[in-house]
Amino acid sequence: MTTLKVNGRDHQVDAEPDTPLLYVLRDDLKLNAAKFGCGLGQCGSCTVIVDGKAVLSCVTPLVLLEGKQVTTLEGLGNVSAPAPIQRAFIEEQAAQCGYCIAGMMMRAQALLQRVRHPTDEQIRAELGPHLCRCGTHMRIIRAVKRAAQLMDTAALAPTNQGIAR
Amino acid sequence: MKKSGIIGGVVAVLLVGGAAAAFAIAWRPPIAAIEPAAKRSFDPAEVKRGRELAALGNCNSCHTVRGGKNFAGGLPVPTPFGTVFSSNITPDPETGIGRWPEEAFRRAMRAGVDREGRHLYPTFPYDHFTNVSDDDDRALYAFLMTREAVRVSAKQNQLSFPFDHRVMIAGWKLLFLHAGAYKPDTSKSAEWNRGAYLVEGLAHCGACHTPRNALGAEQTTASFAGGDVDNWRAYPINAESPAPVPWDADALYTYLRDGFQPDHGTARGPMAEVVSNLSAVPAGDVRAIATYMADVFGAPSPVRKLQGETVLAQAKQNAAPPPESEGGKIYAAACAGCHDSGRPPPYGGIHLGLSTAISAGDPRNLANIVLSGVAPVEGERSPIMPGFAVSMNDRELAALLGYLRLRFSRQPAWSDLERTIAEARRTQTAYVQNSAGPTNAPADPAQRDKP
Repeated sequence: MTTLKVNGRDHQVDAEPDTPLLYVLRDDLKLNAAKFGCGLGQCGSCTVIVDGKAVLSCVTPLVLLEGKQVTTLEGLGNVSAPAPIQRAFIEEQAAQCGYCIAGMMMRAQALLQRVRHPTDEQIRAELGPHLCRCGTHMRIIRAVKRAAQLMDTAALAPTNQGIAR
Repeated sequence: MKKSGIIGGVVAVLLVGGAAAAFAIAWRPPIAAIEPAAKRSFDPAEVKRGRELAALGNCNSCHTVRGGKNFAGGLPVPTPFGTVFSSNITPDPETGIGRWPEEAFRRAMRAGVDREGRHLYPTFPYDHFTNVSDDDDRALYAFLMTREAVRVSAKQNQLSFPFDHRVMIAGWKLLFLHAGAYKPDTSKSAEWNRGAYLVEGLAHCGACHTPRNALGAEQTTASFAGGDVDNWRAYPINAESPAPVPWDADALYTYLRDGFQPDHGTARGPMAEVVSNLSAVPAGDVRAIATYMADVFGAPSPVRKLQGETVLAQAKQNAAPPPESEGGKIYAAACAGCHDSGRPPPYGGIHLGLSTAISAGDPRNLANIVLSGVAPVEGERSPIMPGFAVSMNDRELAALLGYLRLRFSRQPAWSDLERTIAEARRTQTAYVQNSAGPTNAPADPAQRDKP
C-alpha cells in the first residue's frame, strides 16, 4: 500500500510503484478529469499539479510521489462552486470537444499561481506542449487571462479561490 | 652627444619601430562598400549550393536566435573572456552585410576581418573557414545575399580588458590562424579528402569537439579530444571516445544524417542543430564526413571491439531485476518501460548500456537529457522522451543518475551529482531561451521561405 496525497486528502492506494499516477487517479480514485491521450508524455491531456508544478501524470510513476501533494481539476472546484480557472473557461466557452481542456486548465493554473498576470506570449509558451485538434486556441488564451482577473476578485471575497497545492 | 641622449634616441627608435610593426601586423585596409546587389543577379544554382554549404557550416546555430529572424544574429556566446554576440549576416545594407562585396566576405572567412578592416573575434571560427575554397565562398555569399534583409543592429560585446581591444585579435591570429587552402592527402580516397576538407573547414567540428587553451584557441595536440559548449559536453570523437559501441563510418553516416543510430542513440543539445542541418545537404557530403571521422576515431582495439559486442549482446537480453536502491526503483518505474522494452523509437528508447552519456566522464549531458527530455522534431519521425525536471527533485535525480552509471557503464561513479543537477537546471533555462533550437531554422531546401 502507498499513501498518495490528492486534493488535500490522504489515499491508501494498492498499486505497484511503477504505476503511472494517471491510472491511479482514474481507475482507483475515480478522478476522471485528467485524460489519457498518448501515454507518452507528448500531448498534455493528463496534466495535473504536483507541489505547485504542472506534471504529466501518464509518465509520472507512484514512486516519485512520496510525500508530494497532487492536485487534479476536481481539487480546484466543482459544478456548484467552480474555481476561477473553471469559471473562466466556461464563460469564454473555451472547450470544443474538451478532451485536452482539463490538462490545459491545470497547466494554466500552475502558470497563474507563479505569474499572476501572464502576457499572451507567456501563455502561448506555457501551453505550447499541449496538443489540441479542435481549434479554440484563441478562446483558451482569453480564458486564461479572464481567470487571472477572476483570481484577483476571488482574492478579495470568501469564495472558492481554487488554489492548488 | 650625451649618453642619456643616445639611450633616449634608441628608446624612441624602438618605440616608433615597435608601433610601426604592431600597426603593420594589426592594420587591415577597408574594402569599399558596394550598392546592395539585386537578388536576381545571383545564379539560382549557386544560391542552392550556398544553402547546402550554409547547412554544412551550421551558420544558423549561432547567427539565428530562438524567436529571431533567420541569420539576423544576436546570440550571446559566453567565453572565458566575456560575452561575444553573433552578428547580423543578412543583406541589410545598414546593419547586415548588404554593402559587402564578395571580396570582403571572402576576407572575413579567410582572415577574420570585416569589410571596414576590423578584426573579428575568433568566436567566428575563421581558423576553420580559412580553408574554404573560392567557389564555396562565392556560393555562400550568393546564398546569404539572397536572404531576407533584416534590420537588427549588433549587440555590444561584453569583454573584459584587454580583450575588448580588437588589436589583441591580431596577435591571436599570429599565433593560431594558419591560413591556407586545404591540401589533399593523395594517399587517401577522394571521399576521405572531401570529408577532411569539410570537417576541418566549413563544418568546423573541432570548434566544439577539440579542447581550447588558455587563449581560447584549439589545442592542436589534442584534436577532437572533447570540448565544452553551452553546458553540454562535446564528446571526444577520436580514439578516446566514451561510446560503449565503437563508431564506424556506417554508424556515423546514419547518426549524422538521421539524428539517431540504434547502437548509439539520438543527437541532443547543440548537436541536434547540427544533425538537423545535415539532413538537408547532399548525402555524399555526409558520407564523406563519416568516412573521414571514422578514420579520426580509428579502428577499435580488439578489447574495445569485444566490449562493444558484449554490450550489444546484453542489450538484446531480458533485463535483470533492478536492485532495491532508490535509483533502481526510479529506473524501473520511470525509465525501463521504454528503455528496456526493445521497441524502436518513438515507442521505445535505446538500451542504456549503449548510452554514451552514461559512459562519459562528465554527467552533464545525462542530467540535461533526463531534465529536459527529447522534444519531437517538427515534420520528422524523431525519437521522443518526456523530461523529468518537474517530476523529480534533485535527490531523486541524483539517485537515478548514480544508479544508471553503476548499472550501465564500466566507469567509476560520478561525484557531486547534486551540484551538477542544480547547475544543469539553472543553465538549461538560459539555453532554451537563447538557442535557435533544432526546429527553428531548418535548412530543408523544400521549405522555400525558410533559410
